[in-house]
Amino acid sequence: MNVPTVETFGQKVLHPKVEELIDLATELKQEGFNMVVDLTAVDYLSFPTRADLPENVNPERFEIVISMINHQTRERLRLRVQIQEEDPVVPSLFDLYPGTESMEREVFDMFGISFSDHPDPTRILMPEDWVGHPLRKDFSVGQIPVQFKASKAKR
Amino acid sequence: MTSEVTETSNQSLSALSNDERVCLREGSAVLRISESDATSKTKNEITETSDPSEETRMILNMGPSHPSTHGVLRLILELEGETVERSKPVIGYLHTGMEKTAETLSYTQGSTNVTRMDYASPLFTELAFSLAVEKLLEIEVPVRATWIRMLMCELNRISSHLLFQATNGMDLGAVSMMIYGWREREEVLRFFEKVTGLRMNHNYIRPGGVAVDLHDGWQDDLRNLLEIIPPRLDEYDDLLTGQPLFQKRLQGVGSLNTSEAIALSATGPILRSTGYDWDLRKDEPYLAYDQVDFDVIVGTHGDSFDRFAIRLNEVRESLRIVEQILDLMPSGDYRIQDKKITPPPRARIDESMEALIHHFKIFTEGFHVPPGEVYAAVESPRGELGCYLVSDGSPNPYRMHIRGPSFVNLQTLPHLMRGGLIADAVAVISSIDPIMGEVDR
Repeated sequence: MNVPTVETFGQKVLHPKVEELIDLATELKQEGFNMVVDLTAVDYLSFPTRADLPENVNPERFEIVISMINHQTRERLRLRVQIQEEDPVVPSLFDLYPGTESMEREVFDMFGISFSDHPDPTRILMPEDWVGHPLRKDFSVGQIPVQFKASKAKR
Repeated sequence: MTSEVTETSNQSLSALSNDERVCLREGSAVLRISESDATSKTKNEITETSDPSEETRMILNMGPSHPSTHGVLRLILELEGETVERSKPVIGYLHTGMEKTAETLSYTQGSTNVTRMDYASPLFTELAFSLAVEKLLEIEVPVRATWIRMLMCELNRISSHLLFQATNGMDLGAVSMMIYGWREREEVLRFFEKVTGLRMNHNYIRPGGVAVDLHDGWQDDLRNLLEIIPPRLDEYDDLLTGQPLFQKRLQGVGSLNTSEAIALSATGPILRSTGYDWDLRKDEPYLAYDQVDFDVIVGTHGDSFDRFAIRLNEVRESLRIVEQILDLMPSGDYRIQDKKITPPPRARIDESMEALIHHFKIFTEGFHVPPGEVYAAVESPRGELGCYLVSDGSPNPYRMHIRGPSFVNLQTLPHLMRGGLIADAVAVISSIDPIMGEVDR
């Protein structure tokens, strides 16, 4: 499949469109990329001019980053998929690589990117009733307010 | 009636090829119900559903506070009598948002943060983080720094595996093993304390090199260590490996085959126990692992016993590496002499204005890292530990993600426990050796 390819720091990075993701992953699996090592996401809200993006790829707010490995040739590959801000949905890789199940759940939990056709689309790290997605850039770090109370001792 | 249903479903399961079995959406070993659902079902004890196969099944909640769950791992088990049918690990009880915290810390402070993830092998997370930062900076650390890193990491692998031996023994009822494992681990930690000043959470491996050079007489301390530990490992063999009781508890319990392990993205001893030879130290040599001689230990059956034996023998291999490092340790700088990245020597601050400014800049603002994104991976005692780093050119990482091996390996748990007794579940959790600090981050 013809996908924009970049080489950064000696690592090969592919930039498929979100519609092409499943086809590309199927192709890569047949080529021998037998394991998805890592699947995560980045919220580029405050850094829209990100590094190493080829010209013909349209930057969006979210990006899914998938690291794959080919055990035979000892080759590594990274897929960076642009995901739009409104209604961020990605097809799940579960049927091809069942090992992505909890990583996709983590991305959903932390970024609010849903994976269509995921067998268990629930939160994994945060409590079930949590509101918001903590690793989004517009989610504040939060602090526990410290209260300094004046002593009530009589003077 | 129920048993018939289970039998037929088991038969149809065995007809499937191996990685199809872990791919199953319905009827796989993973119990995909929500936590609140599980809680309500636990109250009724026996589930009342129209599905006859689920009629006599009980949902049992195990953990998060349970001595054998290695911290705060919670399991929802679906039991049929005493047999575990499906299960779901529930995690997040130790989630402290360390990846979010990393975005507010500078690269100088970053290793203090990541070292708290995998608290049994903290140096590996520091190493992965430092390697990623160094790749972005495009700097080469001095040779001695590389070798010190390798030495410390191998010692850390030893201490981590000894901790596994201790907890594994404790979980299986070999309580004396717990004392022995902790005792030997303490010897290694004593060496760490001499070098880094701390027993755990060292913050020793930093971008640009290591924090301090090895102390005078480190060779003697290491030789002492190399003398103490091997005979004790042989003691473990007498105490555990050869014991029929111990073998019965582990052999054939929690089996996995290679294609399942690969499909589930399992790495480390879990993957190697299936007879698959994959170790990043050999297959993608980082640091100076291509200059030392060691073997990759693989198993045959992929059961809990193999995972135990692999970890025990990896300690021996690590000792072999340490012995070679003792002879091969080069002299030179222990960190890169780049004033923009590493602080100047303490004595220089008193004499030089520039040194004082550099020191001040590094510890207040931190150093700037050119924009880019990079992934660096190391072989931790639990498998592939990766660090994905995105920089926007500021002194703080734009995004830092740690690929924790425990987090991913935990997915194999339901598949390993299926069809086993609930008493074996404890043995299986222990053989995965999850560190919850890294699972939840």
